[in-house]
Amino acid sequence: MTVMSYLGAIGAAQREAMDADERVIIIGEDVEANVYGTTGGGKSRSDKGDFLQRYGKNRIRNTPISEEGIVGAAAGAAMTGLRPIVDLSYSSFLYMAMDQFVNQVAKNRYMFGGQASMPVVFRSAMFYGLNTGAHHSDRPYPMFMNVPGLKIIAPATPADAKGLLRSAVDSDDPILSFEACLLWSAKEDVDENEFWIPLGVARTAREGTDVTVVAISSSVPEAVAAAEELAREGVSVEVIDPRTLVPLDRDAILRSVAKTGRLVVAEPAHRTCGAAAEISALVAEEIFDSLKAPIIRVTAPDMQIPFSPSLEKQMYPTKATIAAAIRRVVDLPALQPVAAAV
Amino acid sequence: MAELARDTLREMQLRMLRIRAFDERASKMVKRGHIPGTVHTSIGQEAQVVGATMALGAGDYMSGNHRSHGHPIGKGSPLGPLMAELVGKATGVCKGKGGSLHLADFAVGSLGESGIVGSSIPIANGAALSSKVLNNGKVALAFFGDGAANQGVLYESMNMAGVWDLPMIFLCENNQYALSTPAHTVTSGIISERAAGFGMPGIRVEEGQDVLAVYDAVSEAVARARAGDGPTLVEVMTYRYNEHSEGLRLGTDYRNAGEREAWLKKDPIVLFRHYLASQGFSDDELDGLQATALAEVDAAVAFSDASPYPDLSVAFDDLYTDKESAA
Ligand SMILES: Cc1ncc(C[n+]2csc(CCOP(=O)(O)OP(=O)(O)O)c2C)c(N)n1
Ligand SMILES: [Mg+2]
Repeated sequence: MTVMSYLGAIGAAQREAMDADERVIIIGEDVEANVYGTTGGGKSRSDKGDFLQRYGKNRIRNTPISEEGIVGAAAGAAMTGLRPIVDLSYSSFLYMAMDQFVNQVAKNRYMFGGQASMPVVFRSAMFYGLNTGAHHSDRPYPMFMNVPGLKIIAPATPADAKGLLRSAVDSDDPILSFEACLLWSAKEDVDENEFWIPLGVARTAREGTDVTVVAISSSVPEAVAAAEELAREGVSVEVIDPRTLVPLDRDAILRSVAKTGRLVVAEPAHRTCGAAAEISALVAEEIFDSLKAPIIRVTAPDMQIPFSPSLEKQMYPTKATIAAAIRRVVDLPALQPVAAAV
Repeated sequence: MAELARDTLREMQLRMLRIRAFDERASKMVKRGHIPGTVHTSIGQEAQVVGATMALGAGDYMSGNHRSHGHPIGKGSPLGPLMAELVGKATGVCKGKGGSLHLADFAVGSLGESGIVGSSIPIANGAALSSKVLNNGKVALAFFGDGAANQGVLYESMNMAGVWDLPMIFLCENNQYALSTPAHTVTSGIISERAAGFGMPGIRVEEGQDVLAVYDAVSEAVARARAGDGPTLVEVMTYRYNEHSEGLRLGTDYRNAGEREAWLKKDPIVLFRHYLASQGFSDDELDGLQATALAEVDAAVAFSDASPYPDLSVAFDDLYTDKESAA
């Protein structure tokens, strides 16, 4: 074990993947100079661990600012023998390549009757909560959950970032990784040896019996902090981090809510048609009778992200807003058993 | 022009005849409801398709567009699974999941046709990138129309191919219309001249109904690509005889009067037949090629007719590599 930051863990996974398989390449804007901190040992070419030095220009490639062309080329390269990791820097830039994501990356394997493999990982970081204004603060993963054919990961810890990325690179399906800048400096002990965390398996961040909080990305540490606060008041909160949004570990969520009977879902994306909406619907459809209280979503509102720090800080779930939601679901009286629907 | 072997010349004519026969049959089958949906034929554009596909090697890659049957046929894909795909049969080249717009036959390097105009251009570019990184000597070609030439992704791709010296050919099938829109009314300047802005050769094949003219131009581009000298933009002037898609009835108002008749007189298959006759091919041999193409199409339809439709149980197959992820 060694202490790694979230960002360092991503770099470590990329280095392991590059070492393990010659077909893995990294392309993206400014990857040669390690501008975003996952392709080098530091900010200097001479720093130990610099990817360009280690792997050369053939496998570490700066691209022009042409997101649609980059995403399409990565898809074509993946269909013909490479396993690209594409660093798209900000998640907000994914919109530039929407046609390629939706019409080529997601559909080619199916449309072509399984002839195409699409072993490609599209990494991007969600810069929300950092006063970057409306053009750089997006959390667009729910839009892509609506695109069959893509798999989606959203790691919330350094260990998950490392282990999930290795599995993503090894997958023959296209993966979008949504990383959170707010977590970049989070640190924990991480295995410095290779390890893989399977896609589609949730992590129980904290066990509890009274309420389930399903939390996504940077809402996970906020939910854990809220759970710790509520524990002092005698409320036992279980925090589930799906880690992978597609495929979603439905069983882990349903199992936990069946046990606790109460659900709060917290995520930094917009409210309408978000992951929280999907998870709420899943629970309501499958185990409605287990619920002792209405489900509560804690999300960003359906609005643009304002620039001013005083305005932006209220946008995303925090320990306080998640704790308030937990208090609401435990204070409410249990629902009467529902008569069979007519 | 390089001297071509008789076998190559014969094969060129056969492939053009295959495309013509296949598309004429497909057109009828759409009108009779035998093929669901619609198709876009390459009738009239056979020289442009075959001249380009035969300039590629068997292992080379290509991507295409909605005018989609000629490309894989030109690359040597067998007709049966292509026809079965058009009909939606389980034996289709894409197991009935793609249809006319999404034909792909990876066995012959066909990485897929595309229903979204311009969308498959970067796919071929990526194949060229993988050839370059893996150093495997393969070349990639993207077919796209004059309409697609106004999509931004083409220029992103040309820039990338240029700066990385990718073994790539951008092949613009300029049939002078995008659906009902004459190219000159929406296109500034000459498409092939846009290559200069990216530091790559841009070639316009004016005689795009002459299969050898297309073959020569594309062969030169392929040689350049294979030698590591980077991409080329080739614009081929051609003409589609049929409507944009089968069943569409736009009339001829959007075309210039007499234009179609003039192009019919330069039919690529007739032109090449004359050429082959001048090279000593007998009438019997040339008629035989025609009969072969028609028989192959008959057999393809019979293959399709005898094939089952896909069972509902396979609907989710190939959404992901694992079945569990398909909810
Ligand atoms: C992105 C996109 N826009 C519009 C269409 C509708 N459409 C299909 S084919 C076509 C014309 C394409 O013209 P061109 O690229 O010249 O190809 P051609 O049909 O002439 O072979 C149009 C407008 C589409 N399929 N995709
Ligand atoms: Mg056209």
